[in-house]
Amino acid sequence: MNKRSAPTLSVRDLRTHFHTKVGVVKAVNDVSFEVKSGQVMGLVGESGSGKSVTGFSIVGLIDPPGRVVSGSISFQGEELVGASEERLQKLRGNRIAMIFQDPMMTLNPVLRIDTQMTEAIRAHRDVDKQTAWAEARDALGQVGIPSPEERLKSYPHQLSGGMRQRVAIAIAFINKPDLIIADEPTTALDVTIQAQIIHEAQALCRKTGTALIWITHDLAVVAGLADHICVMYAGRIVEEGKADDIIDRPLHPYTIGLIGSVPSHNKRGQRLYQIPGMTPSLLNLPPGCAFRNRCKFDDQECLIEPGTTKPVRGRQVRCYHPQRAETVT
Amino acid sequence: MTTVEQTEIEVIAEEADRARVETPFQRFRSDFLESHIATAALVTLVAIILVALFAPVIAPQDPYDLSQVSVLDSRLPPGTKSPDGYTFLLGTDGAGRDLWSAILYGLRISLTVGVMSGFIALIIGSTVGLMAAYAGGRVDAVIMRIVDIQLSFPAILIALMLLAVFGKGIDKIMIALVAVQWAYYARTVRGTALVERSKEYVEAGQCLGLSSNRILFNHILPNCMAPLIVVGTVQTAHAIALEATLSFLGVGLPQTEPSLGLLIANGFEYMLSGRYWISFFPGIALLLTIVSINLVGDQLRDILNPRLQR
Repeated sequence: MNKRSAPTLSVRDLRTHFHTKVGVVKAVNDVSFEVKSGQVMGLVGESGSGKSVTGFSIVGLIDPPGRVVSGSISFQGEELVGASEERLQKLRGNRIAMIFQDPMMTLNPVLRIDTQMTEAIRAHRDVDKQTAWAEARDALGQVGIPSPEERLKSYPHQLSGGMRQRVAIAIAFINKPDLIIADEPTTALDVTIQAQIIHEAQALCRKTGTALIWITHDLAVVAGLADHICVMYAGRIVEEGKADDIIDRPLHPYTIGLIGSVPSHNKRGQRLYQIPGMTPSLLNLPPGCAFRNRCKFDDQECLIEPGTTKPVRGRQVRCYHPQRAETVT
Repeated sequence: MTTVEQTEIEVIAEEADRARVETPFQRFRSDFLESHIATAALVTLVAIILVALFAPVIAPQDPYDLSQVSVLDSRLPPGTKSPDGYTFLLGTDGAGRDLWSAILYGLRISLTVGVMSGFIALIIGSTVGLMAAYAGGRVDAVIMRIVDIQLSFPAILIALMLLAVFGKGIDKIMIALVAVQWAYYARTVRGTALVERSKEYVEAGQCLGLSSNRILFNHILPNCMAPLIVVGTVQTAHAIALEATLSFLGVGLPQTEPSLGLLIANGFEYMLSGRYWISFFPGIALLLTIVSINLVGDQLRDILNPRLQR
């Protein structure tokens, strides 16, 4: 992978707000990141931290009352914020694909797999039915589905959860997109299937040079998968860096808490660390650092919103007190 | 890892077996045949449709061909020999038509009018309902208020008004029936489509870059099919009954093309003089048709309603 190459996707200062009757929900607040081709970026955060909204902002599918308020989303040099609906429709499923959490819900229950797959092909490319069908069959084979010809003729309910998610992945990869946004794609699956799916998605990305954004709440999943990790909290990216660095040497107290809460063999017999308190409501965030109320390093300084600092080369963190893991857990 | 792969393979094999044993259609068929009444109704309905389809072959007389009909044969009781050599199985009516032939031809008209108007109303109603659900907001409100207003009037009243304006004829009665029925379909489809629209596969379709039309008609509409089929069968039965009523009242079809309703009306004046058959047999035919369609519709509803799933 050429490190000098221009990023596939570059998000700058993105703000997506929901203007509800009770106030403005700042679901995504000043988020910036880049993904290069063939790279896997893990977007980690708990429920309501704005990670899914970030994904939907990229494909332009934020429904009212939500709106991308400001910022820029540049996909292969093309600005997506404010792009026309037709242009976005051409990109979706073609250059940018998505994979969703629940494969039972994302496949249409009354249409056969082949109908849904060939439809995805023929929406973007002018090929005849036979060609599309053959492509769909090959795509199913690629994601490790045995006897793809038979599977193509089945309905979603005849497949297991793992199989359905493989079909969803095959559909996402079918038009050889440059970017795939996977929104918690393995959360609904059991652990063994999860491992296989992750492995297959990773292999496909390496092979095709597709950039992948893997949205998850599970640090353990991205640890083995991602090259790069962004940790989101309350609509902001609080820490960003190479996957290994973040897992081994987290700097932000929140990341440290997250990692401390994952069971591991060298913490046997001890109680797992738990981050005190709850995620604040995005409706009226207190001024200053959003993590302030749950952080034990909170002081006067934290009443002012921390900017991004780069305490270590190649890493960014939004905190006045970047820590070493031992001091928190 | 081998054990993981093995279990996976077993699961896949099991699924493959299940898929091979029962296709959705096979399960649907076995569910439907579970009820004997519904099965009998279906058999009756199929028989009625076949008889109506092959009426020119089965009927001994063409009731529309005036050269075959003689007024001298009028009001003969069932079983009388006709001068042409066949038997008036169900007797003759006031115009001398063989009642059995007239019923067969009448069934054709009644079924055609019922099914055709139901089908056209289904297309119009479901398109309007889908639009309302997809557009939402003001468009939805306006369309659904029109539907509400329409449904607050009795169907027969609207049909009577329209026919009073248009006059008689098959095409006119179909227009009237479509005008009366489309609102039922619109309301049904809109309700179901609203639920389907919020499902994730719609979002996934948008993420695939499919156009709104494609999502509406290829993805949402097939998911609304179950209630549509049920409403469709029940509405067809309604349409047939309504057409018979209108013809009975003398605003539906012209005398020269008698539907079942008109046959009943023709015999009505002779009822008290003991010549019961002129109204009675067309009435039975109408009853059998409507009851069998309704029973089939009921069974369809039981099968297709996920809440009643056994």
